[in-house]
Amino acid sequence: MTHLTILLDGLAYGMVLFIISVGLTVTMGLMRVVNLAHGAFAMIGGYAASVLVASGFPFAAAAALAVIGVALIGAVAELTIYRPLYRKGELPQSLMTFGFTFVVIATLTTLFGTGMRTLPIPAALDGLVDLGFRAYPLYRLFLIAVGLALFGLLWVAVDGTLIGARLRAAVDNPRMSQAVGVNVNLLFTLTFAAGCALAAFGAVVGAQLLPLDPYYALRYLVLFLVVVGVGGLGNFKGSFVAAIVLGIVETSCKYLVPSLAPYIFYSLVLALLLWKPAGLMPARSAR
Amino acid sequence: MTASAVHSAPRARPAAAAPMLTPGRVVLHAIPWLLVIAAYVALPDYLTLGTNVLIMILFALSLEIALGYAGIVSLGHAAFYGVGAYAAGICAIHFTNEPLLGLLFATAVAAVFGLVTGALILHTQGMTLMMLTLAVAALIAEAANQAHALTGGDDGLQLPALKPLLGLFKFDLWGHTAYLYAGAVLLVWFLLSWRIVRSPFGRSVNGIRQNPRRMRAIGAPVWRRLVAAYGLSAAMAGTAGALSAQATGSVGIASLSLLTSGTVLMVLVLGGMRRLYGAFVGAVVYVVVQDLAAELDPFRWMFVIGGLLMASVLFFENGLMSIVDIVGRARTSRKSPPACGPDRGPAPKVTP
Repeated sequence: MTHLTILLDGLAYGMVLFIISVGLTVTMGLMRVVNLAHGAFAMIGGYAASVLVASGFPFAAAAALAVIGVALIGAVAELTIYRPLYRKGELPQSLMTFGFTFVVIATLTTLFGTGMRTLPIPAALDGLVDLGFRAYPLYRLFLIAVGLALFGLLWVAVDGTLIGARLRAAVDNPRMSQAVGVNVNLLFTLTFAAGCALAAFGAVVGAQLLPLDPYYALRYLVLFLVVVGVGGLGNFKGSFVAAIVLGIVETSCKYLVPSLAPYIFYSLVLALLLWKPAGLMPARSAR
Repeated sequence: MTASAVHSAPRARPAAAAPMLTPGRVVLHAIPWLLVIAAYVALPDYLTLGTNVLIMILFALSLEIALGYAGIVSLGHAAFYGVGAYAAGICAIHFTNEPLLGLLFATAVAAVFGLVTGALILHTQGMTLMMLTLAVAALIAEAANQAHALTGGDDGLQLPALKPLLGLFKFDLWGHTAYLYAGAVLLVWFLLSWRIVRSPFGRSVNGIRQNPRRMRAIGAPVWRRLVAAYGLSAAMAGTAGALSAQATGSVGIASLSLLTSGTVLMVLVLGGMRRLYGAFVGAVVYVVVQDLAAELDPFRWMFVIGGLLMASVLFFENGLMSIVDIVGRARTSRKSPPACGPDRGPAPKVTP
């Protein structure tokens, strides 16, 4: 049953992509900012957790601290770097966030060296589980479970709570929602911080699948953007579908036709984006 | 470099307002090129550096066509630069080490690559288009990494020694020939692109950047014009890549990286977009800073590039060349009240 294994591996990989990219879809969909620094926030989280684990913290505590830390950094960045960008065009936005990414990479490598960072799996998640047809790594099942749980949580939060309703309203029409009394500025800061926290969380739990190397923020940025673009800006359900489809496609290509994998993957992305330029499930936008 | 105030033409003015080439302006336009020659004479020890400046100018000028005039935000321009570099390398290794043929071959390959990818992706716009330029660059970088037999993968390519240029000028160790070669190629492309930007085609592309909807309404074939401009830009970038391959004798996978794309964006924006000599200023500043920071490792170097990118957005949104405007405005306002300042804001959006 190798095909089922590949499917599970792809699913686990897709979940990591989803966890990291879902924050990006909100920032790009809600704030209309070309956020090329999302990978940088993920990288900060991964590096922080790795440094904390190396200095003796237990995995869960390190992960929590890293996620909270990145959320705070994200909030500060939203207030200082991103807010002036909202009124500017796509070019200044991409230059600024691109530059920020470079600065983050330079800072992290200066502080922690240019080698690969390791983030070992906690002992509780290490090992194999018997699935009936074969033994499968517990860690990957954990990733799938976390991704599904997050998806469910977001569904409830976005579709079922007042904050979620405000968020959806602001994505659809920021000016109108401001006019009816939504504090869009505060909403922006909070969702941006949450998006960065999710990026950090994804980088921490997904460190086995997306290794933490010094070029992390750039290497996987294209991947995250692709998930968001294919899924549709501002729609986390679209990102979920896109992340899983792309995760499964890339993983199965890597197993079955390794030499062609990148070509197939990027050709699929090109085809999907050309077929549906606004993504598979675009948010209804009033812009 | 006061020359560019003359020809900045930030938005398409009526043709009647196009500046005439008076003798005074000819002198101003000669200044940057005289500086290129002066650098050759005065700084013989820095010719390799100078060659890098010239190549960077050409690369930034190519982005100027796509981004500055056609308004295509390309985050993956390294793709064309890298394709040109690899094409020149492969040509030198497998076909001929005649430099001009290699240059033409690389330019043609990059142009075709630009036209094909442009034809595919230019149906989209905005963020989708930016992501597609990134995806194309990522695809070609992966391809170069995988096709080990042709590109050397991670190791890159080493070019064999090139034949003398035109059969006359040997490529020497000190880079005399390479410098003049790069300068001549830059001059040719510069004049060509100057001509094209001021042609009806160039005006039309400029109009498309400002308002595609209106251009379509008056019957301009928007998509075809954009693809043509993108192909032209790709050809120029390919030439720049080929020059760098021939001048350094090697091609690396880094030529296709996002850092390269970011660098050329930074050079162009720092110098000033839609300024005739913006790319010149940006490239000189960039290479001088790079030289000053030469002892830094690549990661510290990213700090410099990133900082410059952010600074260019925060402080010089119109590039260093806008200093020329400020000086010029100060001078005219002393003589007479200003008619109207150069407006470089985004084109007004027209709601349907």
